[in-house]
Amino acid sequence: MAATHSETRSARHSRRVSLRNILVRWELLLVVLITVVTLINIQQSPFFLKPVNLSRAARDFMELGIMMLPMTYIIIALATVDLSVASIMGMCASFMGLLFMNGVDIWIAVAAALALGVAAGAMNGFLVAHVKLPALVVTLATYAFYRGMAYAMLGDEAARGYPESFTYLGQGFIGDGRIIPFSLILFLALALIFGVVLHTTTFGRYLYAIGNNEQAARYSGVPVDRVKMILFVLSGFMSALAGLVLAARFGSTRPDIGLGLELTVITATVLGGISISGGTGTMIGAILSLLLIGLVRFGMGLMNLQGQVQDIVIGLLLIISVLLPSIGRMLSRRGALSNLNVSQVLQVTLFVIAMALFVAFFLWSRSLL
Amino acid sequence: MLKDTKFHLIALLAVLVLLLAGCQAAATPTEEAATEPPAAETEDVTEAPMTEEPVATEEAAGDIVIALVPKNLGNPYFDTANNGAQEAAAELGIEVQYQGSSTADATEQIQLLNSLIAQEVDGLAISANDADALVPTGQDAMAQGIPVVTWDSAIAPEGRDVHINQATAEGIARVQIEMAHRLADGEGQIAILSATSTAPNQNEWIGFMEEILQEPDYQGLELVDTVYGDDEDEKSYNEALGLMTTYPDLEVIIAPTTVGIAASARAVQDQGRIGEVLVTGLGTPNQMREYVKSGAAPEFALWNPGDLGYLAVYTIYHMVQGDITGAPGDEFDAGKLGNYTILDDGTILLGAPTVFDADNIDDFDF
Amino acid sequence: MVIGKERTATSLGLMSILVRFREVGILFFTVLLIIVVSILSPVFLTAHNFRDILLNISILVIVGLAQMMVIITRGIDLSVGSMIGLVAMMVAFTVVAFPGMNPLFALLLGIALGAALGSLNGAIIAWGKVPPIIATLGTLSIYRGLVFLYSRGDWINSFEMPMGFRQLSKGTPLVIPNLILFAAAVAILVFLFLRYTQTGRDIYAVGSNPQAATVAGIRVDQVIFIVYVISGILCGMAGVLWASRFESAQTNTALGFELQTVAGPVVGGVNIFGGSGTVIGVVLGSFLLGTINNALTIVKISPFWQLAVQGLLILLAVIVDSAILRRLQTATKQGNR
Repeated sequence: MAATHSETRSARHSRRVSLRNILVRWELLLVVLITVVTLINIQQSPFFLKPVNLSRAARDFMELGIMMLPMTYIIIALATVDLSVASIMGMCASFMGLLFMNGVDIWIAVAAALALGVAAGAMNGFLVAHVKLPALVVTLATYAFYRGMAYAMLGDEAARGYPESFTYLGQGFIGDGRIIPFSLILFLALALIFGVVLHTTTFGRYLYAIGNNEQAARYSGVPVDRVKMILFVLSGFMSALAGLVLAARFGSTRPDIGLGLELTVITATVLGGISISGGTGTMIGAILSLLLIGLVRFGMGLMNLQGQVQDIVIGLLLIISVLLPSIGRMLSRRGALSNLNVSQVLQVTLFVIAMALFVAFFLWSRSLL
Repeated sequence: MLKDTKFHLIALLAVLVLLLAGCQAAATPTEEAATEPPAAETEDVTEAPMTEEPVATEEAAGDIVIALVPKNLGNPYFDTANNGAQEAAAELGIEVQYQGSSTADATEQIQLLNSLIAQEVDGLAISANDADALVPTGQDAMAQGIPVVTWDSAIAPEGRDVHINQATAEGIARVQIEMAHRLADGEGQIAILSATSTAPNQNEWIGFMEEILQEPDYQGLELVDTVYGDDEDEKSYNEALGLMTTYPDLEVIIAPTTVGIAASARAVQDQGRIGEVLVTGLGTPNQMREYVKSGAAPEFALWNPGDLGYLAVYTIYHMVQGDITGAPGDEFDAGKLGNYTILDDGTILLGAPTVFDADNIDDFDF
Repeated sequence: MVIGKERTATSLGLMSILVRFREVGILFFTVLLIIVVSILSPVFLTAHNFRDILLNISILVIVGLAQMMVIITRGIDLSVGSMIGLVAMMVAFTVVAFPGMNPLFALLLGIALGAALGSLNGAIIAWGKVPPIIATLGTLSIYRGLVFLYSRGDWINSFEMPMGFRQLSKGTPLVIPNLILFAAAVAILVFLFLRYTQTGRDIYAVGSNPQAATVAGIRVDQVIFIVYVISGILCGMAGVLWASRFESAQTNTALGFELQTVAGPVVGGVNIFGGSGTVIGVVLGSFLLGTINNALTIVKISPFWQLAVQGLLILLAVIVDSAILRRLQTATKQGNR
């Protein structure tokens, strides 16, 4: 994805200086939001705090979380996204199902599916790092290709009858309480690894370096192409893993498994303060964002808000969380609104009138039928 | 830098207001029936729900809340089913909540079901997006003592108590082949335009259709192709165009899906091939009225989805009341539809599909 | 492929040659595909089938051109599918409420509604400085949610729509179906706009180098705002035509269309990093996608394999295109020396 057109180099530079401050604040904002949402949920629904309910709701978001981890890396380092993650998920889960239905041992099928995920990621990585095609273009094409392979493998069949030892991945609990889902622990462990690698290792520093300035990173000896390759392989592997967890949670696989999840993954990652222009963001932010989205969705579900209303709220959350601080910075830089010239005022007025007319028509035309 | 904090605070406040507004709007969408959430803080009764063995417990009818879950919202077929369900709810004096996900997708539906289970609704009436993927969720619900009845599209037997069959798969397949046979005057090429390639209903029907076509009576019909319109209007339309292009001698398109049949009929009409290619299958009267009259789709079949919703609510009601357990052989009364018995395979049969044609279509409005 | 203000006469000549060559890769691939499919199936190369392909890609071309202009400015508009769905729904309800309405007025109404939706995107992105992918990912959800709130679960079916409105896309007063003519008209207008108006040229300048554009006195924010308004306008138009062509407005109309509208331009050689892209490329790219879809059905590829083959062909097209482009560029460079 293109870097934001509007950011000047100096702005980017100044941001890097105060990076730490801003990041801390973003996470703080998320924490406050999470607290607020939790309080609202507790106040609105007596069912929210029941451990069984929380644990069941948590399981619904673990695949999303697993896919967010490599997406965070990709956005930080490459300022772009991997659109093929949900398709890789579908292809690998279908491949495992296909093998299992043909009598292959489930764990061999699992290993094969993970290997296929690595291969799928390697193909993306090769085309990006060595053929030098834009990542968005490559993953848009493989988004169709990998999902297509899922259909080619299973057709109209569902793979089912997985042994309990496998479905434990998605349905099982740690301990006797049936409270802590295994998939939650799996996610937390992976998140810890991804977080430590990002924030304490050379590899993690490479990611920020490439994200801030790829050319400069290259000149200072960062193996940029190899890092790109690793990122996509990692993304393929984690998507395959998420596919296995989802298949285990469903106890079955159909080729449309996880369809459309890529945009949810990207939304969640970006909401975590991972800047789409690259170079900034923390793993804590990504994890907090997942928690926030989970709480908002589960809470709204408990309040019986329709799915589409939930979508609107998540969409608004996404825009407003980036928009308001940005407007704030702008206003403080300009001093006040006094610098606006006549034509700008005119444009804004026209825009407001257009919006008002739209809303009026929206309400009026629907009242006709 | 202080300013930044301030604007984050503003952002925070705005989001807060937004969420609160969302909560206020909680009950606004669509349902005219009871806006009260199932358990407000004041009600102490719900704090001690009969999770252990509610099937055996009698509840006052007024407190019973059943969730009717369609494959997705915004689909007139399911809205008709909801009308029937609300009618039954009014007769029984219970509450039926109509709750669905925005897209017909198993992942979203499971999230929704989990929030309904968390709210300890008294019963779930589900049209499943995926027969297998919903099994663990259905089992969770049953383990909590919530009866699970599926309608329109089933969850596999281990994940539900009872399934209400709109008609037997064989019966649905047969009525469509019979119509195709009539329309083709006994012989010619036919093709099937289905929903998604993974849709469990359609695939079962198509399987039966292929078997029925082997019968001596239908030897004249040649099934040349099966294509998938994914229940998307555009894709179905294009697939129908593709069929007509690929098979110039095609006589009948069978579309066992409400989206596909309308799109196919329109494609035939747009191509000016009314009378050469005839469309039949499963559709709703309102949607097909025009094509029945134009001759693009002279006859088609369907059960009444309103009856389906109505029967689902009655079934759950009797299970919640403890009149029946959902075991084969159980008999119960379903209001205007009469008496029903749970069959040996754990299903209830709604009845034979209705064939609609120019003579009777104006008697129906759904 | 910079078409900035500061270009010199010689570089203009060189660039235009390259630009003309730019679509060779995709053209080559399309011709190859047509030859192969024609050999496999006789029904492919008929006027009737050709007309079907054009009908199927018309809306994709209209929205693809909008997407191209957005991409040239280094942006992306992921909300196009939701805008189409929302406008289609609102216009369909209005048309049913006023069956006597002139269909052209319905088209204008759709354009106005689309412009309003697009200006909201534009305001968030150009004035609010929110990255395009985030802003439009947000409005993708919001607009789709509004479709649902507006329809409240009701669909508009074909029997409710007045005949005049259906004829808006299907009518053939000029022999060729209106829908194809609309797409052609939009393509020509966009071509003229990009080539002969100041704003059109500014779009390329902003995408090639925002800093240079600012220095050159271009009001970058305004150009970007306009691009998203145009995207809204074309989506509004596409929404009306969609409702007319498919004679229905449903809550899932054009759901997921956004990635197709990115695929068309990308296959047609529009640089995803901004700064370059041509109308003819988008038309060719969309035509290739339409041909692939059509061919897969006609050659009777198993429906379960269709998506895989489609994805593979898109991938191949992009790779072949980039290989040819690289060849050309090295050739040009050597020629220069």
